[in-house]
Amino acid sequence: MNDTASLLADDPWWLIAFKAVCVFGFLVVITLFNIVFERRVVARMQHRIGPNRHGPFGSLQSLADGVKLAFKEDLTPSTADKVVFFLAPVISTAPAFLAFAVIPFGPEVSIFGERTTLQLADFPVGVLYVLAIASVGIYGIVLAGWSSGSTYPLLGGLRSSAQMISYEVAMGLSFVAVFLVAGSMSTSQIVAEQSDWWYGVILFPSFAIYLVAMVGETNRAPFDLPEAEGELVGGFHTEYSSLKFALFFLAEYINMVNVSALATTLFLGGWRAPWPISLWDGANEGWWPLLWWIAKVVILIFVFVWLRGTLPRLRYDQFMKLGWKGLIPVSLAWIVLLATVLTVRRETDIDTRTLLFTFAGILVVGLLLSFVWDAVAARKEATKLEVRTAPRQRDAFSGGFPVPPLPGQSLDEPARQPAHSGAAAPDAGTTGPDTAQEGDRG
Amino acid sequence: MDWVPIAWLGGIAFGFAVFSVVAGALTGPRRYNRAKLQAYECGIEPTPQPVGGGRFPVKYYLTAMLFIVFDIEIVFLYPWAVAFDSLGLFGLIEMVLFIATVFVAFAYVWRRGGLEWD
Repeated sequence: MNDTASLLADDPWWLIAFKAVCVFGFLVVITLFNIVFERRVVARMQHRIGPNRHGPFGSLQSLADGVKLAFKEDLTPSTADKVVFFLAPVISTAPAFLAFAVIPFGPEVSIFGERTTLQLADFPVGVLYVLAIASVGIYGIVLAGWSSGSTYPLLGGLRSSAQMISYEVAMGLSFVAVFLVAGSMSTSQIVAEQSDWWYGVILFPSFAIYLVAMVGETNRAPFDLPEAEGELVGGFHTEYSSLKFALFFLAEYINMVNVSALATTLFLGGWRAPWPISLWDGANEGWWPLLWWIAKVVILIFVFVWLRGTLPRLRYDQFMKLGWKGLIPVSLAWIVLLATVLTVRRETDIDTRTLLFTFAGILVVGLLLSFVWDAVAARKEATKLEVRTAPRQRDAFSGGFPVPPLPGQSLDEPARQPAHSGAAAPDAGTTGPDTAQEGDRG
Repeated sequence: MDWVPIAWLGGIAFGFAVFSVVAGALTGPRRYNRAKLQAYECGIEPTPQPVGGGRFPVKYYLTAMLFIVFDIEIVFLYPWAVAFDSLGLFGLIEMVLFIATVFVAFAYVWRRGGLEWD
């Protein structure tokens, strides 16, 4: 049992309840903030103004939207499975809140004279708990799509679940490197281990894989295929209206906060102050870390919005290809490489620099080989292409009306002589006797 | 005792979600007609569907199977990663062999086109 766990163990019940209410309130408020933030930022990126009517800078816009949704008609299609249709938003929303429970957002503080730490619960298997709870949230989406008894929601729900489980594999693999280095699955322990270097720096490949996987996992642009309105209307929540729809929306935004908070915890040093501020002694004590933590999460949320404002949506096959053929093999290879490096460092007395240079050398050779491979493949492809689209002669009048030549084609020289003279024979093997004959006739 | 805070948060979250779903049904207007209760298909008559959604592409099923394979691999990787420092060279070799074994299956699926979507 580490410090955090022992600090949490002697919390009185009212403090636990207080922290639970605060976490719940924080998640709801940051969702309201995120929706306005996203709309304002994406509007700036598209040279618009965005919502600015309700409250200062439009900050109450999402509250107004929520109230509006509450007074909308609550429709249930006659083909729906009523009970499951009713339960699906609940199954989707509750795990989204629960996943946040193990995230540490501050060090030891005193609340109403009681020493505690800014974290709701601390388990030795904290990160595994987040993954498990996040998986339960997928049930809500599948069941919502299935229970609607309608075509588009069913397809959207299936797509969504296939997408989330595919990217969950990549996400899970990117954590392995963190556990290897930290030697623990407890979120507070992982934050404590990052006092010198953030894992986002020393385990950069894992961080990069996680960043891609977290966007795929939350169904956000450019991976928002379940909501591809050109193909599937609204995806799994097409048939939902009123507050049921609002709950799905809430769940999506809370999941964004969850994956951002997890990225902060595992890769960006949790609540620890970033470098220039960390030179100040008091930066990692008291209530200040809460500020650093929120700043990091909001920056990651901004990355989500930035991606949405920049990238077009992927096609489904491209998306699955990226997940299964890109992220998963790369993360497996990275884990094996990292484990080998760690073992070599521990078992032998080769110093880190030699090791780094060795691997850099292997990497360079590998890259060179892949360049050569690509060049050879490209040449092969080029010859193939040349054979297929070799410039041909084309009779402009073959279709009965004049057609201009396509790129790479050239027009037939109009024949000066009637066809029987055989003058239009550029493809005839120009052997000696033949030409002589033609010359004779001409 | 560790799980008490989770129970608190879970209670609040479930309570809020159930309250919202019930409240949404009560606060809104109720002016139903036949068209509103039909499944939405962009205005055309909805395609008749058997209960439970009928048939869907088998690819989703394959993806789910592959997911289970890899999820189990991950579940084995986690304890190994946590106990890595005490396992030594033996642990590394064992795990590389395990990853390679699963990777053979992965390569097979890849080569047979199990990962192609069209």
